[in-house]
Amino acid sequence: MTPDVPTSAGLATYNFAYLDEQTKRMIRRAILKAIAIPGYQVPFASREMPMPYGWGTGGVQVTAAILGPKDVLKVIDQGADDTTNAVSIRAFFQKVANVAVTTKTREATIIQTRHRIPEEKLTAGQTLVYQVPIPEPLRFLEPRETETRKMHALEEYGLMHVKLYEDIAKNGHIATTYAYPVKVEGRYVMDPSPTPKFDNPKMHRSEALQLFGAGREKRIYAVPPYTEVVSLDFEDHPFEIQTFDKPCALCGAENVYLDEVVLDDKGGRMFVCSDTDHCEERCANGHRGHLAYNKEAAE
Amino acid sequence: MSLDTLAFAGGFAQPVFEAQAVFRTLMDCMARPGTIGQIAATVTPPAPLNAAAGAVALTLCDHDTTVWLTPKLGASALPGWLAFNAGATLTEERQNARFAFVEKGAMLPNLCLFAQGTQEYPDRSTTLVVEIEAFEGGRPLVLTGPGIRTEEEIAPLGLPDMFPHFWSENRQNFPRGVDLILVAGDRILCLPRTTVLRVKEA
Repeated sequence: MTPDVPTSAGLATYNFAYLDEQTKRMIRRAILKAIAIPGYQVPFASREMPMPYGWGTGGVQVTAAILGPKDVLKVIDQGADDTTNAVSIRAFFQKVANVAVTTKTREATIIQTRHRIPEEKLTAGQTLVYQVPIPEPLRFLEPRETETRKMHALEEYGLMHVKLYEDIAKNGHIATTYAYPVKVEGRYVMDPSPTPKFDNPKMHRSEALQLFGAGREKRIYAVPPYTEVVSLDFEDHPFEIQTFDKPCALCGAENVYLDEVVLDDKGGRMFVCSDTDHCEERCANGHRGHLAYNKEAAE
Repeated sequence: MSLDTLAFAGGFAQPVFEAQAVFRTLMDCMARPGTIGQIAATVTPPAPLNAAAGAVALTLCDHDTTVWLTPKLGASALPGWLAFNAGATLTEERQNARFAFVEKGAMLPNLCLFAQGTQEYPDRSTTLVVEIEAFEGGRPLVLTGPGIRTEEEIAPLGLPDMFPHFWSENRQNFPRGVDLILVAGDRILCLPRTTVLRVKEA
């Protein structure tokens, strides 16, 4: 059952997936408890990683603890496979675990993500690992950990509704657009990490297991598959996701999350899919947006 | 083999990869209650602990976890085996146990006697590893809750008649409560504290 993992003879090498076995056991225990208490933040003894806090050390530790030689890993940063954070974390796991990597959402067994959920629907065999900067949704309302613990214990979430109400009072609508608070299985209020609120509905009763790792803040939490994830709102101000006026300029996709790209210094701009894999696959299938490179026209 | 030598043999042949494989099975089963997972690792703990339960022990227990054993397991060579292979220490107090092991046929104590965690830290609770006869042939139970699309049906054989009652009490204290890993042969099934269990009407 054990595949061959090459080790360079004579030289000291890292343990498989970088972390030592005791650290993995500690993280694994935290993951099991996190799954058993959906939305609750389990403290764990976060380790120093060979990258600074803020670069996804929490997600990296969770991935390292669950990763096996048979896994296929995809890493995205704001939806893109080819940005610095995604490229360096993918290279890290290739180096320390010799794991197969992919950019195709469909082929991945583990997807580590910074701030997006892929457009393509995730399936039962997949695990989504989020990099989380600030796991405590109540932190900006109450800076003391002792108090936020108590608020979660007593299910005292009125303050969060006050915050959303103040949004409405100031702006006429709920102006929170990312890290939009959700309630998990009717109990814990949870920070979905700074994903755009566009992605919140994808968390609800997802077929994939969702794990969240916050390295600097030393917390792990989870949403098991088929779990209720409800965005907080009011009867007269129901939760709404972002909408876009135009489709993707490259692949013409509608109902996806778009990034604004500045084209020149004369105010030119385009909106393109934030999920690069989704966009490339659509382009390969012949979908064209209004700014797509047109081969026939070029010739 | 004498009791002494039993303690030193029978760990993982490939600790890194076998522990990872066992953990992934545990994680999948914990995330999808009612799903039966297979433990392929070759671990030989001292009798009467079953091999799959032994593999779970070596995957999750170490010097950071205190372990509670039933009287029969405590009298076997298991304490030495756990100490040598995992570095885990035993506790007599169920309330202090991070993990508890119950062999096949032993009486399952009431779940409320184990560590429940606190309202602030509900993760500080016991995970019980309980070996039963089989996953078929018992009283049919219907599972609902997180991780289950609609409902799952299981029929574990070898749990006490009072078990549905124990479990509903455990469920009522949410988020406090224990989590359960059931073992039968080389197969496992997990019941996290969120799972709601109902006896199926005939």
